[in-house]
Amino acid sequence: MPQTVPSIEPPLLTLRGIEKSFPGVKALAGVDFTLNRREIHALMGENGAGKSTLIKVLTGVYRRDSGTMQLGGSEIDPRSPQDAQQAGISTVYQEVNLIPHLSVAENISLGRQPKRLGFLRWGEIAQRAEKAIARLDLKLDVRKPLSSCSIAVQQLIAIARALDTDARVLILDEPTSSLDTREVEQLFVLMRKLRDQGLGIVFVTHFLDQVYAVSDRITILRNGQRVGDYAAVDLSRIELISKMIGKDLSEVERESGGKAKPLSTAREILVQATGLKRKGAVENVDLTIRKGEVVGLAGLLGSGRTETARILFGIDKPDAGKIEIDGHKRELRSARQAIALGFGFSSEDRKTEGIIPNLSVRENIILVLQGQRGWLRLLSRKEQEELAAKYIAMLNIATSDAEKPIRFLSGGNQQKALLARWLASKPRLLILDEPTRGIDVGAKFEIQKLMRSLTNEGMSILFISSELEEVVRSSDRVVILRDRARIAELVGEEISQAAILSSIAGTNESSPE
Amino acid sequence: MRITAKQIPIIATLAVCLLLYGTAAIAFHDRGFFSVGVFVNFFIDNAMLGIASIGMTFVILSGGIDLSVGSVIGLTSIFIASAMDRYKLPPIVAIFVALLGGTVFGGGMGAVIRYFGLPPFLVTLAGMFFARGAGFLLHLESVPIDHPFYNALSEFHLALGGGIELTASALIFLATFIIAIYLAQYTRFGRNVYALGGNEQSAVLMGLPTGSVKMRVYALSGFCSALAGVVYTLGLSGNPSAAVGLELDAIAAVVIGGTLLTGGVGYVAGTLLGVLILGIIQTAITFQGSLSSWWTKIAIGVLLLIFILLQRFVQTRKLRTTAS
Repeated sequence: MPQTVPSIEPPLLTLRGIEKSFPGVKALAGVDFTLNRREIHALMGENGAGKSTLIKVLTGVYRRDSGTMQLGGSEIDPRSPQDAQQAGISTVYQEVNLIPHLSVAENISLGRQPKRLGFLRWGEIAQRAEKAIARLDLKLDVRKPLSSCSIAVQQLIAIARALDTDARVLILDEPTSSLDTREVEQLFVLMRKLRDQGLGIVFVTHFLDQVYAVSDRITILRNGQRVGDYAAVDLSRIELISKMIGKDLSEVERESGGKAKPLSTAREILVQATGLKRKGAVENVDLTIRKGEVVGLAGLLGSGRTETARILFGIDKPDAGKIEIDGHKRELRSARQAIALGFGFSSEDRKTEGIIPNLSVRENIILVLQGQRGWLRLLSRKEQEELAAKYIAMLNIATSDAEKPIRFLSGGNQQKALLARWLASKPRLLILDEPTRGIDVGAKFEIQKLMRSLTNEGMSILFISSELEEVVRSSDRVVILRDRARIAELVGEEISQAAILSSIAGTNESSPE
Repeated sequence: MRITAKQIPIIATLAVCLLLYGTAAIAFHDRGFFSVGVFVNFFIDNAMLGIASIGMTFVILSGGIDLSVGSVIGLTSIFIASAMDRYKLPPIVAIFVALLGGTVFGGGMGAVIRYFGLPPFLVTLAGMFFARGAGFLLHLESVPIDHPFYNALSEFHLALGGGIELTASALIFLATFIIAIYLAQYTRFGRNVYALGGNEQSAVLMGLPTGSVKMRVYALSGFCSALAGVVYTLGLSGNPSAAVGLELDAIAAVVIGGTLLTGGVGYVAGTLLGVLILGIIQTAITFQGSLSSWWTKIAIGVLLLIFILLQRFVQTRKLRTTAS
């Protein structure tokens, strides 16, 4: 028998019962989190689960309402990012938060530059930066401006800055979202090295493969609560996903009774996209949309769903791949052009990309149609009122009258008005990105019913939703994305929540890379 | 040495400066444009604008703007003159109070910008009206200054040999310039100004004291404006309507000097060149003799447009290189 049992080190960072509310929302309801020294700890959860709130509480951007935080055995109470840094918690955010015009060296030491007799010592600033980046096995001229480095290198420089203080906890918030596969690999090598040097690393990501590639432990959050804390080797992908979305596997399997749906392979192809690629958005996406069908786009957040939709609608240009519409190759350069081709796009973020809050319901509804006609052929007031009345009745938009500013409507009704806007333009392809987010169950069913009747009239719909049930219920075909690539497609009776989940959880073998 | 994108504007400024100076020197060589005397005069004649522009440089580098500059100069000058005239304040005390007042006034505007999150344009616009009005409240017209100390200061000349002399205003200008370079390049405050103008949100997340930097930038500009007001009084009067619209000349000098109007990029030395360029244009038009002096404004307008276009070009090019 070995005589010495390895002494159990006390945890590096302990959060107990963290609560944080925003007006109307309980973002964190008594969350516990424990991070050990020499550990990469993944923080997982769907959108709105409370990950970013927890990170912000930890880094002093938000004050917690209650709960305790201990770092290395002593209580901490960071009130600002500055405070947290001094306590030893450094953070690298998803967007590189450095100053592009300043030199690499200066970015690393900004705010804590060495000085003598009131003068900054530029020589020492450069030397210290060289040492800091050498620690990351990076070689570059630290006097270059930051903006001359690639995003991946900037990300590493942000880490170098974070480590330049005596950081004991390093938080990486979605650090890989703008990196390509090779760059991600480099980052992982670095993370493991830093872990072995004794750092505790909190890793937030949406990419399942990455979680398993690098994490030792996984904490799952759902609806502002901790679901559990697991060793990565003990938690299968499928368990991870079902814990994230809050459904038991058995439950998922029971629900997914086959529903007879017409196979749609015989229909004419409206849009065919092959090999779409755009750096930092999608890696390899194929997508076929036939006339009169609903194609569901499933995948976890960050898998490239919205990004694919944006490319199809001409908002972002793909780096590679081609798009054929009605059998003709097309290059979509702008949303305007996509609208001219008969496309409609109801955005995920209706507040910032959709409604115009101070215009009336009527004005919001006629916007696209009027834009299509051009401002010289104005819709008469009477036509406008008729259109508005028609869609208000058809979609059951709850408003006292069509002239009410749309900001007074509830979220679900705003969403319906937005839908009405696109319907009024009679699109051939309607892209619905999370059309049911944040709206009540009744409105959800109405929108789904409407989708069905629209496709019966020959319209095609690309339906993006995080809610698997909805995707399963509404889609004729489901294209599944993982890590920005298409990994599977399910048709008709194959479509079930269990099938989608196992595709998303599937191992690397089925992935193109 | 490699040239980076952020150095393009200041190199362009230097080129324009040399080109203008060279052209004028050749065109008016018979009238003695190319002489040390004329050159030194650029610093003497433009001391007030130069000092105000240096304060403005920091404000613009931080991503802000200060429209109160001209009014603060007017207020300072009439304050000093009437304080000495009416209350018999010793000149040193009057100057000290004026400099302190300008700094506090600027810092106050900075505090409003910081704590209420208001746009600097509007806050300093309010400051501009306030200071101008306050100046006229002190006295409606120009007040002469007659005090032995002031007369001596006004007539002070530092002989550089060869009949070339620097006045007190030129010396104050050069001293301000050197201190400003020190502040911008060799203090944390200066570097934080660059960071704030480069990306405010990043600067906050990097743990920099952005709030206090913002306030100090406007305090510094207020101080420089007051100092420019002191330089104005070396002409032995104070005037509530002095330096109307001077802030716009200062903004032009800063931008022509290669500082990005959006903040974060630029050099104090560039502003000196910008002020020189404005001075050269003015002097050249005077030397030419037949052109109306308003041509100065047209030339400044054209130059300003060219520099803004150049900035746009540099920025889009930078975006493209970052994206690829």
